[in-house]
Amino acid sequence: MAAPSRSLHELAGPLARRAVPSRLRHPLQLARTSVLGRWRRSIQLRVVSATVVLGVIVVLVVGQLLLQRITAGVVASRQEQVIAQSHEDFINTRNGIVTPSGEANRDIYTRVHDIINSLAAPADRPTRYVILERALGNTSVGDVPDYSSAGIDRMAIPDELRQAVVHNRGERQEAQVFTTELDGRSVPVIAVGGLLDLGSAAGGRYELYLVYSLQREVQVVDVVRRTFIFGGIALVLLVGAVAWVVTRQVVAPVAQAARTAEQLASGRLDRRMRVRGDDELARLGRAFNEMAASLERQIHRLEELSRVQRRFVSDVSHELRTPLTTLRMAGEVMYEARHTFEPALGRSAELLQAQLDRFEALLADLLEVSRFDAGAAVLETEAVDLCELVEQVMEDLRPLAERRGTPVELIVGPGSTVADVDPRRVERIVRNLVGNAIEHSESEPVQVRIAGDEGAVAVAVRDHGVGLRQADLSMVFNRFWRADPARARTTGGTGLGLAIALEDAHLHGGWLQVWGEPRQGANFRLTLPRRVGAPLTVSPLPLVPWDAGRGKGAVAVVTTSDGTAVVTSLAEFTGDHAGDGSAAGRRRSTGAGTVEARP
Amino acid sequence: MKGRVLVVDDDTALAEMLGIVLRGEGFDTSFCGDGAQALEVFRGTRPDLVLLDVMLPGRDGIEVCRQIRAESGVPIVMLTAKTDTVDVVLGLESGADDYVVKPFKPKELVARVRARLRRTDEPAPEALEVGDLTIDVAGHSVRRDGQVIGLTPLEFDLLVALARKPWQVFTREVLLEQVWGYRHAADTRLVNVHVQRLRSKVERDPERPEIVVTVRGVGYKAGPA
Repeated sequence: MAAPSRSLHELAGPLARRAVPSRLRHPLQLARTSVLGRWRRSIQLRVVSATVVLGVIVVLVVGQLLLQRITAGVVASRQEQVIAQSHEDFINTRNGIVTPSGEANRDIYTRVHDIINSLAAPADRPTRYVILERALGNTSVGDVPDYSSAGIDRMAIPDELRQAVVHNRGERQEAQVFTTELDGRSVPVIAVGGLLDLGSAAGGRYELYLVYSLQREVQVVDVVRRTFIFGGIALVLLVGAVAWVVTRQVVAPVAQAARTAEQLASGRLDRRMRVRGDDELARLGRAFNEMAASLERQIHRLEELSRVQRRFVSDVSHELRTPLTTLRMAGEVMYEARHTFEPALGRSAELLQAQLDRFEALLADLLEVSRFDAGAAVLETEAVDLCELVEQVMEDLRPLAERRGTPVELIVGPGSTVADVDPRRVERIVRNLVGNAIEHSESEPVQVRIAGDEGAVAVAVRDHGVGLRQADLSMVFNRFWRADPARARTTGGTGLGLAIALEDAHLHGGWLQVWGEPRQGANFRLTLPRRVGAPLTVSPLPLVPWDAGRGKGAVAVVTTSDGTAVVTSLAEFTGDHAGDGSAAGRRRSTGAGTVEARP
Repeated sequence: MKGRVLVVDDDTALAEMLGIVLRGEGFDTSFCGDGAQALEVFRGTRPDLVLLDVMLPGRDGIEVCRQIRAESGVPIVMLTAKTDTVDVVLGLESGADDYVVKPFKPKELVARVRARLRRTDEPAPEALEVGDLTIDVAGHSVRRDGQVIGLTPLEFDLLVALARKPWQVFTREVLLEQVWGYRHAADTRLVNVHVQRLRSKVERDPERPEIVVTVRGVGYKAGPA
């Protein structure tokens, strides 16, 4: 059993090898593990084994009982037969021995000898043996010597029987079964004994025993036993085979159902069970198939629905693009010529131009969001120096910063800042964070920090503007959420920027987290693993800036890549262990991956 | 006259608007609204540049692009509403030199068109050699063992840019700026696709390039690594 299992492991390749370091194990141990494994996995094996074990027990017990009964019956019937036969012989013998008075001892001896010889069968094929013995307690010395047939020891008669014979005064004979040596072989025998009175002259009372071999009965019982053994083995095998067949009939469909269910679960929705006949298992198969079919229909319907919707959003966006392009160009031409228009027309051209920009940005963001919703967003990673990327973004945003009068400074921390990321997405995140910071900076300086450690690179964007209220922290990543509805419309942005940034960060397996306090500004921290998919545990940068008011019971909100939100007190955040939340309670967030936190 | 541009687009409003903008910049324009007739119109007008919408009735823009490319090296700039990787790469592989994504700004479009036509400026006579290739810059021809290799103007520009400084490794961004005329970071897939197309023409074994060599993690250079 070990061999196929091992070859299976080898077939499965490095994965299996990693899971089961079987090659290091002793073959015996491997075999045991494999048998144990089969035992645990296979109902069939368990049922068949249990059936066989029970069958063996039943066969043993019943066989033993039957054998005993049969042996007893055979012996008893032989005994009856022997006693009946012996009875006659004893009467004849007694009659023949009745001594006419005055007969010479010598004659008695001869007569007795003749009778006894006639009792014993021919010596070459003895069916019974004869033993003549002076009775217990007979001390007289007579002419008749003790006698025994050839092949049997005169002393073979057990004392028990002799006592019984001696004390039985009647005409009845005593019989007993015992084992003795006959012709040098130990065989069970039955001995029938009776008293013989030869008369005081001839030596008084003698015990006469007729000993019958039970060899034939033993042989019969042996044949029966052998038959029982063969029958028992056959029966056990039959029972085992029946159990195997039955369980196979039951287990095979169940195993097939399990296999099919696994395939269904792995997404192969067209998999079905083979159904034969009309029995319970066929019903199970049909029910299973119906379930699978209904599941497939549902999923296809949902897929179709989702596909149609995705397609619709995509089509709408694409369809809008062509007229928007025309609009855009027309607007541009008018915008370029606005100085030649009268003031109202000129201003209109300006407004048209600005709103077309916004419309275009909104359309692009909507398309991006629909791509995320459809699960169609794909990472195209390459090794990127995030420091260069951040510098480029800051350069691009310089005009905006200058318009706002906001100095933006870059603080490069320790560690390499190269990571495998999708530069387009990361640039979009950083552009969004820095742009937002400038927008909300109220002309206070904005600091962009960047640092790396072994497993991650982090970018933190800190502004000292109006800041965020506790209640807002849980909302900033929501779609179309605006910090201050009354004010925000004047600043650009589609309201989708942070939502997209969060999706982009999650796509990398990274974190996008926010800290904020009213009138103290905000700090957005992006942490990206150096390699996509590598788990993040710590960020190289603290989420709560050093200049934030400490000890006020402020609470930070952390959003981790798996959607688990960690709520913890500010004190926990002065260290770098933002994400692990070991000292804090974890709970699953319901929204876009953020959670509200209270002091 | 700065050049003749053929606009292949089924959207009449957009086509007209493109015409207004291009004529405003001094280009001559002709139009075709049906993909099936595009090749005919192209043969009739012999434009210096084709603006091609990817979504066309009659015949797919990509197919039109392939047909035009089959008989001419004329610069082709695709207009696309799709930013999805597959579509863009498919467009570029069918032979487009460059693409602009709708909605684009007129200036952006004009810059792309100019960049593609810029090369008509008369270059100084110059002969370059890369590997076993001889490049006649003024004559716009590339030869191997006296045999002329047909390259599109863009592919030629790309090869010349690399061959002029064989000691230098060009990043994709630098090539985008030098060959395509992008001022800002743009789609580096443009470079990848055209390097592949160039290799398929000039390399003896495109699988193991010897003329245009990839420098891992940096970009491309001409000649042996």
